[in-house]
Amino acid sequence: MTAVQSSERAEKAESGRSVRDYLSSHLREYGLLFALIAIMAFFQIVTDGTLLRAVNVTNLLLQNSYIVIMALGMLVVIVSGNIDLSVGSVMGFIGALAAVMIVNWDQSVFLTIIVCLVAGGLIGAAQGYWIAYWKIPSFIVTLAGMLVFRGLSLWLLEGQSVGPFPREFQVIANGFVADIFPTGVGEALAGVFDVRRLNVLALGFGILAAAALVWIGLRQRARNRSYGIVDEPRSFFVARNAIVAAAIIFITYKLSTFRGLPNVLLTMGALTIIYAFLTQNTVIGRRIYALGGNAKAAKLSGIKTERLTFLAFVNMGILAAAAGLVFAARLNTATPKAGFALELDVIAAVFIGGASMSGGVGTIVGAVVGAFLMGVLNNGMSIMGIGIDYQQMIKGLVLLAAVVFDVYNKQKQG
Amino acid sequence: MSTLLEMREITKEFPGVRALDRVSIAVRQGEIHAICGENGAGKSTLMKVLSGVYPAGSYEGEIVFEGEPVAFRDIRDSEARGIIIIHQELALVPQLSIAENIFLGNERAVRGVIDWRETNRRTEELLAKVGLNEPPTSKVDSIGVGKQQLVEIAKALSKDVKLLILDEPTAALQENDSRKLLDLMLELKAQGVTCIIISHKLGEVGYVADTVTVIRDGTTISTLDAADGLGEDRIVRDMVGRDMTHRFPEHARSPGEVLLEVENWSVWHPEHADRRVIKDACFTVRSGEVVGIAGLMGSGRTELAMSIFGRSYGRNITGEIRLRGQPVDVGTVPRAIDAGISYVTEDRKSLGLVLDETVRFNTTLANLESVSSGGVLNRNEETRVAEKYRDALAIRTPTVFQKAVNLSGGNQQKVVLAKWLNTRPDVLILDEPTRGIDVGAKYEIYTIINELAAEGKGVVMISSEMPELIGMCDRIYVMNEGALVGELTAAEASQERIMSLIVNE
Ligand SMILES: Nc1ncnc2c1ncn2[C@@H]1O[C@H](COP(=O)(O)OP(=O)(O)OP(=O)(O)O)[C@@H](O)[C@H]1O
Ligand SMILES: [Mg+2]
Repeated sequence: MTAVQSSERAEKAESGRSVRDYLSSHLREYGLLFALIAIMAFFQIVTDGTLLRAVNVTNLLLQNSYIVIMALGMLVVIVSGNIDLSVGSVMGFIGALAAVMIVNWDQSVFLTIIVCLVAGGLIGAAQGYWIAYWKIPSFIVTLAGMLVFRGLSLWLLEGQSVGPFPREFQVIANGFVADIFPTGVGEALAGVFDVRRLNVLALGFGILAAAALVWIGLRQRARNRSYGIVDEPRSFFVARNAIVAAAIIFITYKLSTFRGLPNVLLTMGALTIIYAFLTQNTVIGRRIYALGGNAKAAKLSGIKTERLTFLAFVNMGILAAAAGLVFAARLNTATPKAGFALELDVIAAVFIGGASMSGGVGTIVGAVVGAFLMGVLNNGMSIMGIGIDYQQMIKGLVLLAAVVFDVYNKQKQG
Repeated sequence: MSTLLEMREITKEFPGVRALDRVSIAVRQGEIHAICGENGAGKSTLMKVLSGVYPAGSYEGEIVFEGEPVAFRDIRDSEARGIIIIHQELALVPQLSIAENIFLGNERAVRGVIDWRETNRRTEELLAKVGLNEPPTSKVDSIGVGKQQLVEIAKALSKDVKLLILDEPTAALQENDSRKLLDLMLELKAQGVTCIIISHKLGEVGYVADTVTVIRDGTTISTLDAADGLGEDRIVRDMVGRDMTHRFPEHARSPGEVLLEVENWSVWHPEHADRRVIKDACFTVRSGEVVGIAGLMGSGRTELAMSIFGRSYGRNITGEIRLRGQPVDVGTVPRAIDAGISYVTEDRKSLGLVLDETVRFNTTLANLESVSSGGVLNRNEETRVAEKYRDALAIRTPTVFQKAVNLSGGNQQKVVLAKWLNTRPDVLILDEPTRGIDVGAKYEIYTIINELAAEGKGVVMISSEMPELIGMCDRIYVMNEGALVGELTAAEASQERIMSLIVNE
């Protein structure tokens, strides 16, 4: 069948078939978004509206920020065909390092942050070296790393909790961006919405972000059109953008009625955008997908596969360090158990987000949505007062369901 | 003779592609039935429909086997009826032994415990039947492709086979191995086994087939009978839809100065440090020249090419490489590419393509610099480049956004070629560039090679098809057991001379 004939036919059969084809090949993405909405709706109802209270929305974002930050790095590692089991321990170790430097050694916050990020990079480099240049499976190297850095944080903290941190360190996780608009505007708007207070900056930011997202989507769509790419049916495009934009505005509205934009949200948002761009639109991102998709072919295409693997782990180390700082700042103390078993949540988020164990497949946005899906589950079940035992089982089943769905989808298409 | 199999009005669609459009085919009991057609015509798809890889319900039409309609849900169903398919890409487990592979999924066991004596005895019988002289315990990856193909057939014979389907069984085989395989098919036919063979090598089709069905663009064009003569020209005309008077495009070349010189090139085996795989190879390529490397399978041609291309094979490599008289360092693949050398791999699936990615992704992969600025990709430019090559090489795909895995074998090969043409090399090394490619597309590839030569590039062509080397090359080096044992000019070259150079060593 020639391409020409098939496109003619596609034109004739138009909508019915193309919507079905499109849906069948993008079921995963819509499924994920739909699952997140369904889970949120479910908990919103069973918790009598507690889930989406302003204070809880704020909490949800803060609670999951370090998971999201690490999921960005983990996605890159998994797409490159590897895995990192050490991130929970590394995160805990960096938190401990920060606490010891600031509390015990009286170092400045600025210097501590720099040292911690560099240390994270070095840890990533140390692990990446064996994986990339000695071809030792990442599973084994990072399993070793998991034990080593767990032990190191115990040693560093001498088994004790160290804290509290000075105010300027805490703001990393618990700070909010001050409203730049005059208080009068906020009060006037608060009157309109019938709430006690309203942070105009937060709301304005949300509206702008939503508008920007829609604008980028429209531009992308116009460009695809001009290249004749079989793309998203209009109804889907409108619905998807409407839901996402509404969600962003809704969340920032909720935030604005509480304490405004958390610092962490900005960090998280900026990192997500940067990594989404890096993976989708740059040469290095493209090469990572090639490496994970077929390492031999990538190498013969002139890609420096060893260096790329090495860099993926350095990057992971730096992000784990950043997450460690956020985590320590949020708890306001470093404990030897910090980050325990957290690597599993991070890895689960990436797989729920559609990444493939064998590498070469997965997206940043998917991983972030996956992280929030897990976060909402955690948060909702806690509000409901479900025991940790059931929580673990349910999370496990959700992970399994997501991956089974992937595999089923793939078989149906093949 | 009675009809064993009839497939009626089979239609099979994939998203955006109708691969088969009411194809009908009838196979008589005890015959060898060949299916011919261009790359992407739908041959493999038709056989996958027949063998249950695409289950009943996922296609339209009717299959009648031994007089009754059948609807297979999977391969096991079709195997139970005696229909066995050997796919285009071999499906043996390389780390397992011959015996283990033959009885994989069908183990000779008593209450779950494998009876090795029985397994090996039966394997020996089967190997004798296919004329393969190897111990049943040899690992599959230690024997050549030709022998692996025979193991596949032995595996098929271990099941009660009535209809044996071979999808391009000889694509990767040397001529004498192919001949052995074809003779085996004739022998099986004498024993009453019916065969369907898909092949782009029309000479072989003429040799074994009783009937030929030609498919083009997913529809049956003609069914030809051996009794009426299976002229290659006739088959080709039905395949491509027009007469093809020449198999090789006209070319008048005037090679210029020496472009690439390889001197005293020696390479040792990556694992067995005492085995020298390439022995003091010396050769030159002029600008505007097409140079062939002939040799048997395993003679070291691929190893020679890969060791030159960024030392991708072997170790303790010694020797010198000069480009335009200047020594160059081609110690890594990126450096080789920068120096202007490109190598089109022989094995497209494992070394050439990222199968789960799109045609566009694969086309630009080796030269992302050309479609990016400051490390940021320009998607529009990328699409334009991919479409340019799709048109130039006539790659059959609905769009360049199709995943490579969904392309037919021959079209995948063209994507690999596109990837390397896009690096705009000065010296292009092609390793079996026309393997699994149909006659029409071969002509297109030859035309591209001629254009490259006309632009002053140097082309090295490694091929197991001697007529192709003789028809295309200005000079041919003959390789045997890791050494270049002779050199023939276009005027001197003939199959006999090449073979005698190989044998004399
Ligand atoms: N899983 C799939 N998804 C989408 N398209 C497919 C799929 N499998 C095959 N096709 C398309 O169906 C057509 C027929 O493919 P098929 O593999 O049957 O060709 P073929 O005749 O065997 O070619 P070749 O000689 O190159 O092996 C091609 O255009 C191919 O791109
Ligand atoms: Mg095929």
